[in-house]
Amino acid sequence: MTDIAAHPSHFHADHGHEHHHDADHKPPFFARWFMSTNHKDIGTLYLIFAIIAGIIGGAISGIMRAELAKPGIQILTMAWPLGVGSVATMDEALHHWNVLITAHGLIMVFFMVMPAMIGGFGNWFVPIMIGAPDMAFPRMNNISFWLLIPAFILLLGSSFVSGGTGPGAGTGWTVYAPLSTSGSAGPAVDMAILSLHLAGASSILGAINFITTILNMRAPGMTLHKMPLFAWSVLVTAFLLLLSLPVLAAAITMLLTDRNFGTTFFDASGGGDPVLYQHLFWFFGHPEVYIMILPGFGIVSHVISTFSRKPIFGYLGMAYAMVAIGVVGFIVWAHHMYTTGLSVNTKMYFTAATMVIAVPTGIKIFSWIATMWEGSLSFKTPMLWAIGFIFMFTVGGVTGVLLANGGIDNYFQDAYYVVAHFHYVLSLGAVFSLFAGFYYWFPKMSGKMYNELLGQLHFWVFFVGVNVLFFPMHFLGMQGMPRRYPDYPDAYAKWNALASHGYEIMAAGMLIFFVNVIWSLIAGKKAGDNPWGEGATTLEWTLSSPPPYHQFEQLPRID
Amino acid sequence: MLKTIRAFILPMLAIVASANAAPALAQAAPAAAVPAIAQTTTDPTASTPAGPAKAPDIVHAAPTPGIGQPTDSIHLQEQMTPIGHEAERFHDYILVPMMFIMSIFVLLLLIWVVIRYRSAANPTPSRTSHNTFIEVIWTLFPVLVLVAIAVPSIRLLAHQYSPPKADLTVKVIGNQWYWTYQYPDNGDFEVVSNLLKEKSDVKPGDRFRTDADGPRLLAVDERMVVPAGAVVKLITTSNDVIHSFGMPSFWVKMDAIPGRLNETWFKVDRPGVYFGQCSELCGARHAYMPIAVEVVTPAQYAQWVASKGGTMPGAKPANNPDATKPTSPATAGTRPPAPPTDATVNAAEPAQTTSQPAVAQNQGTNQ
Repeated sequence: MTDIAAHPSHFHADHGHEHHHDADHKPPFFARWFMSTNHKDIGTLYLIFAIIAGIIGGAISGIMRAELAKPGIQILTMAWPLGVGSVATMDEALHHWNVLITAHGLIMVFFMVMPAMIGGFGNWFVPIMIGAPDMAFPRMNNISFWLLIPAFILLLGSSFVSGGTGPGAGTGWTVYAPLSTSGSAGPAVDMAILSLHLAGASSILGAINFITTILNMRAPGMTLHKMPLFAWSVLVTAFLLLLSLPVLAAAITMLLTDRNFGTTFFDASGGGDPVLYQHLFWFFGHPEVYIMILPGFGIVSHVISTFSRKPIFGYLGMAYAMVAIGVVGFIVWAHHMYTTGLSVNTKMYFTAATMVIAVPTGIKIFSWIATMWEGSLSFKTPMLWAIGFIFMFTVGGVTGVLLANGGIDNYFQDAYYVVAHFHYVLSLGAVFSLFAGFYYWFPKMSGKMYNELLGQLHFWVFFVGVNVLFFPMHFLGMQGMPRRYPDYPDAYAKWNALASHGYEIMAAGMLIFFVNVIWSLIAGKKAGDNPWGEGATTLEWTLSSPPPYHQFEQLPRID
Repeated sequence: MLKTIRAFILPMLAIVASANAAPALAQAAPAAAVPAIAQTTTDPTASTPAGPAKAPDIVHAAPTPGIGQPTDSIHLQEQMTPIGHEAERFHDYILVPMMFIMSIFVLLLLIWVVIRYRSAANPTPSRTSHNTFIEVIWTLFPVLVLVAIAVPSIRLLAHQYSPPKADLTVKVIGNQWYWTYQYPDNGDFEVVSNLLKEKSDVKPGDRFRTDADGPRLLAVDERMVVPAGAVVKLITTSNDVIHSFGMPSFWVKMDAIPGRLNETWFKVDRPGVYFGQCSELCGARHAYMPIAVEVVTPAQYAQWVASKGGTMPGAKPANNPDATKPTSPATAGTRPPAPPTDATVNAAEPAQTTSQPAVAQNQGTNQ
């Protein structure tokens, strides 16, 4: 049954069998997991992939926090990537640092958050929420996932080959020219760039799939204005991906030709301009941060509504706030470049445009609180993560308003304040929403209940950990500590030591999470169709847990 | 094959480019040359090159703890420039209160709903899902807050981009991994500034950092020296990859980009030593190319310039400036240098010869 073209004989052959072809018939193991066309199985693959990538990316940040715990260089002198022996030169040790920060950024963005949000939860629940049997292009869906594997292998493999001063690509996740062109000899940066090409292609295919599915395969009666907010968030995200990733692909292709074929797109000595690369990168890079957070907005909306037993407040405002964030997100990119020598008028424009984003974001924050207002709140684990998300995202949001000011930013640009800001919106924003979604949908996906006590414990330990980890970074930034530094003047030692302790607390929280997942999969109580009660109104809760292999052979009808 | 072509083409491009670029770009001395021109605070004559006698170096100041360098406090670094003071006020009195109020407001709302509307206290939820009035309110309210922020923000930007007439121009060149400072107004001499290593990291007899030089990872062998009270125009560029000249206590950060000339400025009245660090990832030793700016009295500045073989504007060359300028013909006193041909918009204005000597304007120095 792998031919695309349907031949009459197929139908005859099928009819020849008895009608054992029920909705829950699953293919054998290899065909099911390696040649899958089933959106739920592909979603599961994405989630497993994201968890593995998250472990690797998180371990890398552990090495970084260990190095930063004390002034001086302690950890980096061990040989990379295997950690045995020691490096030949100090420069090679310091290059390891740049490889670590590069890998941490790229892995967390492209191989953890995006696969989990869009590939994982998007694949699992967008078709179900809109009442569709599957994605529009099931085979393309499979390619989307399997492109990520070679992409990830290329990125990890790049740390074994030369990147100039030492093994691995040490350019930062932004891959700025000319550090990434004339500044990095060896094949490592080429491998990292090709990895981004593949991951980008994977995301573009996924985006096409989601847009087609959502625009064409909604169940009868489900107009766009009745569509659940998570589907809305994935729709907006898919458009952002489709419009921004080709620009990244173009920029990094120019990097490749600058590196290998003697072009000078980003080399002033040949008429090019290094700042052009930054414009292209951030034209992608800024929408990218909304790509990482918008699906989280959708997840949080569902969780808040479910556990308040109330419909979402201001549904249309919520949906169009996401559209507004997506649109405005495309015209604010140069606020990442305030110190590159922009003209004063340019900086004034980007200051004003960036601050505008706070308005739709504020609408969302207030609408979530209004959803809880006069609700009947129960504080199950997903709800804790969602409430934590609202507050932490607010903190990250207000520091974003500060950083939006071009005149203020030339103090904070590339300082730890920026690191604190984007970890508050990503590590405490996007990741909190991922955990909210994971606990919320775990019973639906696995058919087992997670352990509530361990879930609550996970939340509180993780919450304390990440705040101890990231809040002191505001202080470091206000005192001017630059980011991407493996060593620092001793005045920064106090807050760095505290941040490293925060990492230890956070890591303990993650341990609880993994214990919970394994324990629940093995011995969790069986989950009913709808474990959350009347507040859970979207279509996935009308199905069994886990849902049948093929759902909605009869399309649901929405009034 | 491709490598060969590239190896052939790139030098050609470089030749073409260097013909266009400001001649100063080609002059940055390699790090290896540093010891030759390094002068220590303790022994100002030890490393003076042979040749025409130069004025002795000034006695360099020791930094003041807590000023011009980081501390472990939870505030901004103390600001030393007019822009820094304006930005600090904007930050401390408008932005930080706004952030606190908004965060606490959201937190209080959350605490209220969590207590008041928990299922035990409110078993039957309402079905309210619309209230146009409140939705308009919480759209307009943030707009007003943002407008209130935007006004001082835009004003700050305007002030940053309308500097007073420059008294002195310093060209800042980033290199992997050190800074060079050129003084076109003072005979175009050049200072190469390298990190001072710790005693345990240098060979016996080599210079190492002492506390008089500054904190670990911030102290350099040759500081950028500028006169107090002078408006200093910085032109930043780079010889290799992008660096960023970041001086927190001056509220200055400007990328140094190869092939571009960026411009910024500062004016510091208080003599002293101030530190900054490279703020754009530039390769392995990114964390090891600090910036140290020493602000001195005008008289000390003139002496320091003389010790470098430079001249004060209007003065006749005291000695042969070629002793410290191995590559370019003597241009002392015959400024300005070739204007940059680069297309960079904001750096289009060539470094101006200051009509008056910096010393003449610096009477308002206050400690």
